[in-house]
Amino acid sequence: MALLDVTNLGISFGGLRAVDSFEVHIEKGQLYGLIGPNGAGKTTVFNMLTGVYKPTDGKIVLDGKNITGQKTIQINREGIARTFQNIRLFKELTVLDNVKAGLHNDYPYSVMTGILRLPKYYKTEKAMDERAMELLEVFGLENEATYLASNLPYGKQRKLEIARALATNPKLLLLDEPAAGMNPNETKELMDTIRLIRDKFDMTILLIEHDMKLVSGICEELTVLNFGQVLAQGKTSDVLNDPQVIKAYLGE
Amino acid sequence: MKMKKTTKSNLITYGIVIVFYIVMQIMAGTGSLSSLLKGLLVPLCIYSIMAVSLNLTVGILGELSLGHAGFMCVGAFASAFFSMCTKETITNGAIRFVIAILIGALVAAIFGILIGIPVLRLRGDYLAIVTLAFGEIIKNIMNVLYVGVDGSGLHVSIKSASQLQMDETGKLIINGAQGITGTPNNSTFTAGIIILLITLFIILNFVNSRAGRAVMAIRDNRIAAESVGINISAYKLLAFAISASMAGAAGALYAHNLSTLTALPKNFGYNMSIMILVYVVLGGIGNIRGSIIAAMLLTALPELLRSFADYRMLIYSIVLIAVMLFNWSPKARELRDKYSLKN
Repeated sequence: MALLDVTNLGISFGGLRAVDSFEVHIEKGQLYGLIGPNGAGKTTVFNMLTGVYKPTDGKIVLDGKNITGQKTIQINREGIARTFQNIRLFKELTVLDNVKAGLHNDYPYSVMTGILRLPKYYKTEKAMDERAMELLEVFGLENEATYLASNLPYGKQRKLEIARALATNPKLLLLDEPAAGMNPNETKELMDTIRLIRDKFDMTILLIEHDMKLVSGICEELTVLNFGQVLAQGKTSDVLNDPQVIKAYLGE
Repeated sequence: MKMKKTTKSNLITYGIVIVFYIVMQIMAGTGSLSSLLKGLLVPLCIYSIMAVSLNLTVGILGELSLGHAGFMCVGAFASAFFSMCTKETITNGAIRFVIAILIGALVAAIFGILIGIPVLRLRGDYLAIVTLAFGEIIKNIMNVLYVGVDGSGLHVSIKSASQLQMDETGKLIINGAQGITGTPNNSTFTAGIIILLITLFIILNFVNSRAGRAVMAIRDNRIAAESVGINISAYKLLAFAISASMAGAAGALYAHNLSTLTALPKNFGYNMSIMILVYVVLGGIGNIRGSIIAAMLLTALPELLRSFADYRMLIYSIVLIAVMLFNWSPKARELRDKYSLKN
């Protein structure tokens, strides 16, 4: 059984049918790509998967559990974490605290424990620090741990966002245009990082991307969206050679 | 490593308060403290607590609240009411005062939650306007509230004292616009400093904990905070309620510093809320230590300038502008970063 089963997913904003009968089935450990021209509805699909929008119809099943229409925080607890197209970090917090915010639910202690500085506070905070540093090391950010997130260069901010998403210990990681605004070198490095995450954390990854080099380089399967509908689906090489897909991207 | 830095910074903050206390005590002991300044010691603590607690809402939670004096008012009346009712039954002043402060804080926290549930759904300007209205409503309700106690229990009216229809044993406690008269004067400088230190302890520890991190994450990016599983409404409400309860404790201190407690525009109106906000802004939004320093200096200043008579407020406003300019000048920031005076 697939880790993520999305069937017949659709959403309407007033009279506009933004996404219609969207289907995707992602196996555990897969690197899956979601591509399509601007305005095709890719981010809307992400927003439905993470509970930002409530789908008008359809069903989202994660790991055998129906999560359709749940709230964002519930869906995160069920195991979907994401990054954003326009980076959304906690800018006034340190790099370390950004990751620790991601550890929020897995390392709990009560408000009173925090205020009264009971032993559990020190123990949990220490465990959090260690786990957060581990994650930062994966992304080569360990030396910037005390920096404010807003002071990081762009490429590292993207990495930090992925680290924060991973901190919530998800089953499925959604990356929304991770290579946006990166130069070819940074993109190449990012591809290595994404592969590394998949292997090291045994992660399933669904990503939206416009950079065809990245998509063809790391995605095993693709879904192409156009005007809110699935245009093509299947093995990356097959999909990219599909005349319909080429037509959607390049025109006649 | 980072851990140690915040701990050190917090210790400096506590240190400033303690040093201030010792200096003032020595000055009072040697008689070099003018009676004017002596009368200001408790208000200094009250306004510092107000500024620190408002900074939790404005700086840490990132929401503009213009009704902070309203929570102070609630705490003041609740605690004074308690003290009046138990004046005979609890004869130990210190114990009664501690309970009164806890009651003031608790009632203000309850109001914080009640107001927070609808209000925190709003953001920015809307939130500011609604909190402003809340403060005014509280103040005005207190002006028409009559509460008395007699053998058969509590009597409440919003018309007049005679409407209470109490028997002969009845005792009028809250007398409308005349407020509460005869509250025991338990507030001392020492009590004020202790409550200020407790407030600092709670707020600084809160900020540097899991919950504080969640609150700041919400401030910095609501959508991202939600995406990592942080419960937005719960943490916003928590921060708002803690902030309100501290204001309630400050109100209790205020009520027990005066023999007559009335809700006037001067003490619980929006002027007061704005004044506290001025302390927070000038001390640095999100900078707890700055709030205390700003509150202390700016509370003492108008009184110290009394000898300038007519020019008092003029000088006061010039100082405000000067502080504001200095605070944000690149050189001053550099200086602060260098000596890491910023919290």
